[in-house]
Amino acid sequence: MWVYIEQVGGQVADVSLELLSKGRELADTLKVKLGGMLLGEGVEPLTKKLFSFGCDKVYVVEHPLLKRYETIPYAKAAAELIRKENPQIVIYGASAIGRDLAPRIASTIRAGLTADCTDLEIGDHEDPVTKEVHKDLLYQIRPAFGGNIIATIVNTHGWPQMATVREGVMAMPDGNNGHQGTVVRFRPELTIKDVFLKLLSEERKEHTVNLKAARIIVSGGSGVGSKANFKHVYELAGVLGAAVGASRAAVDKGFIEKAHQVGQTGTTVRPALYIALGISGQVQHRAGMDESAKIIAVNKDPDAPIFSIAHYGIVGDLNEVVPMMVKAIRKRV
Amino acid sequence: MPYNIIVLAKQVPDTKAVTGKAMKDDGTVNRQALPAIFNPDDLYALEMALAIKDAHGGKVTLLTMGPPQAASLLREALFRGADKVALVTDRRAAASDTLATSYILAHAVEHAAPYDLVVCGRQAIDGDTAQVGPQLADKLGIPQITYVYEFVAAAGKRITVRRATDQGFETIEGPTPVLLTVTDKAPAPRYPSMKRVMQYKKAKTAYEAKAASAAIPSDGMLIEEWNLDTIKAELNRCGSAGSPTSVKRIQSIVLTGSEFKKIEPKEPAIEGLIHELIEDHTIG
Repeated sequence: MWVYIEQVGGQVADVSLELLSKGRELADTLKVKLGGMLLGEGVEPLTKKLFSFGCDKVYVVEHPLLKRYETIPYAKAAAELIRKENPQIVIYGASAIGRDLAPRIASTIRAGLTADCTDLEIGDHEDPVTKEVHKDLLYQIRPAFGGNIIATIVNTHGWPQMATVREGVMAMPDGNNGHQGTVVRFRPELTIKDVFLKLLSEERKEHTVNLKAARIIVSGGSGVGSKANFKHVYELAGVLGAAVGASRAAVDKGFIEKAHQVGQTGTTVRPALYIALGISGQVQHRAGMDESAKIIAVNKDPDAPIFSIAHYGIVGDLNEVVPMMVKAIRKRV
Repeated sequence: MPYNIIVLAKQVPDTKAVTGKAMKDDGTVNRQALPAIFNPDDLYALEMALAIKDAHGGKVTLLTMGPPQAASLLREALFRGADKVALVTDRRAAASDTLATSYILAHAVEHAAPYDLVVCGRQAIDGDTAQVGPQLADKLGIPQITYVYEFVAAAGKRITVRRATDQGFETIEGPTPVLLTVTDKAPAPRYPSMKRVMQYKKAKTAYEAKAASAAIPSDGMLIEEWNLDTIKAELNRCGSAGSPTSVKRIQSIVLTGSEFKKIEPKEPAIEGLIHELIEDHTIG
């Protein structure tokens, strides 16, 4: 049971740490060791952190040509290691790198891969045609078809079974304990012929929106109506000390930047309180916030799907309701 | 210098307009129940290819793998400016997962060779996997650049593109042949030109001609159909046989309500709600 450990510039990506907690659970169910696959140059010092997050083994794959991520050298090195060690399962964070790399590896080793899983379980599967029973397969569970269904996918053609999972879907574990592990060093065969691309320039944006850490989130959807009208969202967030979120529809309409987007293709959040204003509650949005401890929904449409997961539902016009909420909150101060 | 560009596109059910029963019991898509559209990311891919041709000269060939009705997507590609199109269609390709699909498309691309650039949309709105592009690049043995939103420059066998990363963006230079996957942040697709619509509206496949009891069109108006034998694909790499992943179970989304409190949009009720949230320390 392996987790691909994504590192950029010597920093382990959060999503990889989240996957280690799920990986630990799956490894324990299967009674196997949890391995981490770490590629790069000079990355061995990161193994200590990975052990403390639950890895029993870290395969350290180092080579000068792996210093910066590029698809072909990384895919080639990873494929070599996988072929050698034959893990049952490999899971990857569905980051921009993960979604670039995992399919390339899958094609190289002809393995099955399922993208953007929202859950992973172990179970048996009977082939409907041959009636052969496969035991202890990885159930790869994800919404599909525009979010209209939940599909459980299995890989019946052997090992490894591979899946990608987005950041925020699995919970971040405690990096506690002083759990020990072993380092296995692997030197891939790579030459300059495996490198094709040249980075001319790059720009990194600072993340000014931290939705994942917010205790309260006030989110606006397309029902807010306009960029200007998002002032209601900002005002309510302001009096609550809350972060501001948005549905994909609101982002696509230009009401607010994508950094605020909550949902399957945005950020997954678990705040203590989530207030959804003018959000209809499509599956992809719900997938990003339905584990919030308390959900308040305000929507003109009594049939909006958001009401099916809300703890408190207000059927009304947010332009009237939000000022009332702001007033009530200010009153108690 | 002129570039030979192959674009891959997919006709997809309009998953934003689900009516009737979306899935068949065996876990595959019931395409009859939904209107079929040109996958949005692929329109951006086609536009990028056409813009490269406008700037540098060359030829744009668009291929799609699908059932016979996917011919309508190919006509749309011709209306927008593609020079040549072909339909990869074969019942034995049904139920292919991304691995099998990329295998088939790789053979189709080789059949349409030579090529300098292969351009795909980042992902399709039905599978949402974004896997076929990278897998296709692997099978063609060429480098890939994903999440491309701008084609910056091309000079001989070197091209420069801008792509999105989780942290921002990168400007990358690479050699041809190369595969690009294109997102909807790329330049907006052009409208079909009336001239090309008039010119190509009669284009059809032999299958469509037979179905309409019409004559098979002459070369210029004949949309080629390629089956797995045409592109020399090995059958055990296609369809279910070539697909390591399969759908075990599908469930329609069922919304279950639980502990739901309806609050009237009136001051007293809202004050009551806020009071409750303060009492239980949800609001500090």
